[in-house]
Amino acid sequence: MTVAFRRDRLIHILKRLLLHLVLLIGAFFALFPFIWMVLTSLKSYIEASAAQSLLPTNWLFSNYLQAWNQVGLFPRYFENTIFMAVTTTLGVLITSSLAGYAFACMRFPGREALFIILLSTMMVPFEVTLIPNFILMRDLHWIDRYEALIIPWTASAFSIFLLRQFFKAIPSELFDAAVLDGCTHFQFLWNIVLPLSKPALIASALFTFLGSWNSLMWPLLVTNNPVMRPLQVGITSFITDAGTEVQYLLAAVTISIIPVILIYFFLQRWFIEGVARVGIRG
Amino acid sequence: MVASRSTRRSHHIDWTAYLYILPAFVILGLFHIFPVFYAIDISLNTGPINKFKFVGLQNYLRALATPDFWTALSNTFSFALMTIVSAIGLGLLFAYLLYQGVRGQSFYRTVYFLPYVLSTVGSSIVWAWVFDPSSGLANLALKTVGVPPLRWLIEPMGVFQLIGRQFNISVPVWMHGPSLALVAIAIFTVWQTVGYNIVIFMAGLTNIPGEIYEAARLDGADSFQLFRFMTFPLLSPTLFFVLVISVIGSFQSFNQIYSMNVAAAQTLGGPLGTTYTMTVYMFDQLYTYSNYGYASAIAVLLSGLILILTLVNFRLVGSRTEAIE
Repeated sequence: MTVAFRRDRLIHILKRLLLHLVLLIGAFFALFPFIWMVLTSLKSYIEASAAQSLLPTNWLFSNYLQAWNQVGLFPRYFENTIFMAVTTTLGVLITSSLAGYAFACMRFPGREALFIILLSTMMVPFEVTLIPNFILMRDLHWIDRYEALIIPWTASAFSIFLLRQFFKAIPSELFDAAVLDGCTHFQFLWNIVLPLSKPALIASALFTFLGSWNSLMWPLLVTNNPVMRPLQVGITSFITDAGTEVQYLLAAVTISIIPVILIYFFLQRWFIEGVARVGIRG
Repeated sequence: MVASRSTRRSHHIDWTAYLYILPAFVILGLFHIFPVFYAIDISLNTGPINKFKFVGLQNYLRALATPDFWTALSNTFSFALMTIVSAIGLGLLFAYLLYQGVRGQSFYRTVYFLPYVLSTVGSSIVWAWVFDPSSGLANLALKTVGVPPLRWLIEPMGVFQLIGRQFNISVPVWMHGPSLALVAIAIFTVWQTVGYNIVIFMAGLTNIPGEIYEAARLDGADSFQLFRFMTFPLLSPTLFFVLVISVIGSFQSFNQIYSMNVAAAQTLGGPLGTTYTMTVYMFDQLYTYSNYGYASAIAVLLSGLILILTLVNFRLVGSRTEAIE
């Protein structure tokens, strides 16, 4: 009895060890590109291009200064990206809260049909609207203007869907009580629904912010003037400028990634809950 | 009492609702719905923007008669197959492992999800360097296990062709497989997206009530049977959701390929056009050649393809699982 028990325990421990081993290998694969990126960004040119040792012999933090100065427009790229991402996110939060509320809590003719139209826009590939939108931007003279970078993205079917699902879960008794108190729809939305929906609002804000921060194809098309370019486009053009000086390139990439990593580590719970919430239905 | 109140509410129409949905629908209508029809219109024309000339279906016929188009289509399918299968398989594996209630669960989850939030441009520069033929980590790793270095992102040869060459077997042309360059981009893409799948699968797994397992275990089911007959069927709605999202996402992939091409100093779709996917082809026609009509025709064809695949998904897989909505 005790022998069998011991053997079972041993198998159990071995299983756990194996489990952690696999999980750690996974974690290693997820992280090593960054660790390597940071290490390489601190190496000298010769060390960086030879990949002999993992750690730099001299930790050249000056590479970062060099990269910052070489890109030249770095501060401007940051400004553009932050402005673009923040305003887009605010826009999406406003339009999605209103629309999500209407679809979740109000009754009006055509609600189902409009909701289906809304959902179907999620299926439209970005590529198909790219060309018409590009022509539209030209006709509006929005090329090289913030309007082009921001306004087309200030509404999101995904966010409306996310918020609508969340709003729907709010008990209707709350609404009935609010109506008895003489509350209007807007007051109810502002004072009760939105404060109760913080997780969904944060998730939708994070995804919009991130999408905007990381967007590439659209800003590439609608900006010609380097001064108007956001960070991602700026970095791609630095690839050619940096040439073989990979340590500067990786330093520049590290600089561009740091804000997102910080946001992620402080708010990762919301990211992950947001994804999980959309994945499992409503 | 409750019932009567709710029926009373259902007769009441909130006309202000239209005001609430107005801002969203103006933006979506103008920049996401109307452009679909406009794109179809543009695809029937040729020439520079202000001098469009109607040519009917000529752009479509031209696409179907162009070898580049078919190369792009086949590359798109290879890329989608590689990324979807690996990202779903690995996602399922890691979600299932994490679901076993390991210590540090949330640490692992946070780490796995990290690549998903970082910009494709940044990560692809790093990965292009990982795949660098002379000083990259990938070849360094191969060297330690005794495999000769590979050219990765600048290798136009098919993977099966390369493997065959290793063993002195000549592989027939139709079996060359996707180029190593495309495979490398697929590896990068899987790395980037698998964390998303893990999180969704974990959410799906946590939704399965634990009592079911206990009951099955009491009936003497082993852990494989548990997975095969309990977890898998109960997880299928989640699996279906991930499949639909993955198909749409992989057929739309552009950023990874574009930035990897740029970072590896290749021409768009290079080497030798082996990473030319439909989106890259479309972008090239638009950005490099300003063929608006032709590029639109490709975009419309791609959208049609995605739509068909999504419908097929719903018919084949969706009907067998519980419907999502």
